[in-house]
Amino acid sequence: MRSITLSQAVNEAIAEEMRLDSSVFLIGEDVAEAGTPFKITTGLVEEFGTERVIDTPISEPGFMGLAVGAAMTGSRPIVDIMFGDFLFLIMDQLCNQAAKAHYMSGGKLNVPLVVRTNLGATRRSAAQHSQSLHALVSHIPGLKVAMPSSAYEAKGLLKTAIRDDNPVVIFEDKLMYQDKADVPEDEYLIPFGEAAVLQEGNQVTLIGTSSMRQVCEEAALILSDEKISVEIIDPRTLVPLDEKTILNSAKKTGRVIVVDEGHQNFGVTAEIASRISEKAFYYLDAPVIRMGAMDVPVPFSPVLEDLTVPTAEKVASNARKIVAGELVHEL
Amino acid sequence: MAKKINTNSESYLKMYSQMVKIRSFEDQANQLYLDAKMPGLTHMYSGEEAVAVGICEALTVKDKITSTHRGHGHCVAKGAELKQMFCELLGKEEGYCRGKGGSMHIADQSNGNLGANAIVGGSMGIATGSALRAKLNGDSDVTVCFFGDGATAQGLLYEVMNMAALWNLPVIYACENNGYSEYTATDEIAAGDILDRARAFGIEAHKVDGQDVLAINKLATDLVARARKGEGPFFIELITYRYHGHHVGDINRTYYRSKEEEEDWKKNKDPIKILGDWLVSEKIASDDELQIIRDDIAAEAHVAVQYALEASYPNSNEVDMHVYMETN
Ligand SMILES: Cc1ncc(C[n+]2csc(CCOP(=O)(O)OP(=O)(O)O)c2C)c(N)n1
Ligand SMILES: [Mg+2]
Repeated sequence: MRSITLSQAVNEAIAEEMRLDSSVFLIGEDVAEAGTPFKITTGLVEEFGTERVIDTPISEPGFMGLAVGAAMTGSRPIVDIMFGDFLFLIMDQLCNQAAKAHYMSGGKLNVPLVVRTNLGATRRSAAQHSQSLHALVSHIPGLKVAMPSSAYEAKGLLKTAIRDDNPVVIFEDKLMYQDKADVPEDEYLIPFGEAAVLQEGNQVTLIGTSSMRQVCEEAALILSDEKISVEIIDPRTLVPLDEKTILNSAKKTGRVIVVDEGHQNFGVTAEIASRISEKAFYYLDAPVIRMGAMDVPVPFSPVLEDLTVPTAEKVASNARKIVAGELVHEL
Repeated sequence: MAKKINTNSESYLKMYSQMVKIRSFEDQANQLYLDAKMPGLTHMYSGEEAVAVGICEALTVKDKITSTHRGHGHCVAKGAELKQMFCELLGKEEGYCRGKGGSMHIADQSNGNLGANAIVGGSMGIATGSALRAKLNGDSDVTVCFFGDGATAQGLLYEVMNMAALWNLPVIYACENNGYSEYTATDEIAAGDILDRARAFGIEAHKVDGQDVLAINKLATDLVARARKGEGPFFIELITYRYHGHHVGDINRTYYRSKEEEEDWKKNKDPIKILGDWLVSEKIASDDELQIIRDDIAAEAHVAVQYALEASYPNSNEVDMHVYMETN
């Protein structure tokens, strides 16, 4: 099978869906000739023209609002939010308008749009260009949230997102844009709400979202040398969340570590851990461990920034402890 | 030193030095990037020096500014030290923000710089709020809000200009129009005339050649004095140009901007050269004296960068320090 970068995978997903459905258009800053600062949408304006690949002024709330209105009336916009941090600028249009229109109208209106954005620290981009804000939008009923963990997921999930009749926010890890993975030439979709079991094992479950899938895989490699049997799960979408796969694994291994790059406080790791605690408590041999980003704004200095994200070594060390029946947190 | 022909010659030479200082800083910063010694990316101010210097030389240390992602020039012009700036760019403990902010977030409170900002338009509210405080406290300081042409697309600007105009706040909106928003000519994404947007709120708005530091300084001096008397707010559009790409990594850029255009600005509209030629023609300084100024400042920048390269990183226990202010 051919191997392509995550950025190419995203490009292909958009191009394929734009070919299939003339109501799909792409809108955002520097998405046309420049192909975005990450060079993801390169070539699309040549194929689809400036009517469907639309460069905007630096007016995030404005073009997000346009997308909501266009979606309500028959288009299927893909909105490019250059950095996940800029979600804060579009919050009203996304959370008060797009997310609620279907419900508030008693099912009469709907807003089929996709917000494509990114997450991820350690790019030395400081506190306003490094945040992982997926928990924030996952909190809002009416929004779906996808978290691709490789080029394969990026393509399959984005195609599903574009066809979904609801607003979907999809977060790509900006550090993975050049990472390659096997991606079929033939069309495929990845359904929402289906987690991937990436490795089966029976002593400890590592649940890793997006960028943290790689961290979990590296941790599993470290642990395999120590003959610790690890199961790895990538939820792929947070909303809807594949609770069944997660609970089944928790029941099997009895030990779970949830790893996510968002802040740990009130975050995705907390949500998943609490669901396991509520619904699989009697199967557990250890408390569910949360590993999120440190609860600090992302610092610029590399020596500090590297301390803020979960690492494979830390995941492995926590796994080792809970498998040995030791405490991770003092009583 | 120069012969005192003109009572203002000292101030002219200071402006010359300050512009050279910014250029030298940026040359070194660009080199740090090319040598892979700088973490992340940075946005160069080279070419726009007259804007920051012309305006900041009209301010006192108590006056405030807010800056942008392209903020090194504002920072130097408001009085910052190169050593601490380089330390910040390299994420070192002695940096202005102890390495926590980096290039896009340098703040130098001691000189009234409330900070660079990585959110385009993100400082417009801050600047206007600073002016509101001055009015409420009866303080005489003025706040200058620097932002780019691209940032005029942010709705926030129109909300705060409305309030500033309603309440006569001592704020000056300084739009650095360098023609581009990232990789797009701003003409393609901005409707109408930028000045008209300010005028719609009844704000007095001026357009000035952003390469002519003396013209900028004259206008700014007048507006600052009037803002202090409660005649603000004001809006200035400064026509300028960035010599480098959008950021240091934006090397292949002919798809959005021609080499000829870049060469034309560098050759014919360089703010340092324009002022230098004038200083010589007015006999305020000789070519040799200007050369000495440039060499001295280049040497100073070199020393500062070497210092920063050897300076130490913050201690790891600083990572969760400063999330909240300690209050007793
Ligand atoms: C809210 C927001 N949107 C987008 C960006 C990405 N971005 C950084 S600089 C820039 C262009 C800014 O253009 P302008 O205001 O003219 O300033 P210049 O870079 O030309 O100095 C963009 C789009 C951002 N940092 N913040
Ligand atoms: Mg600009």
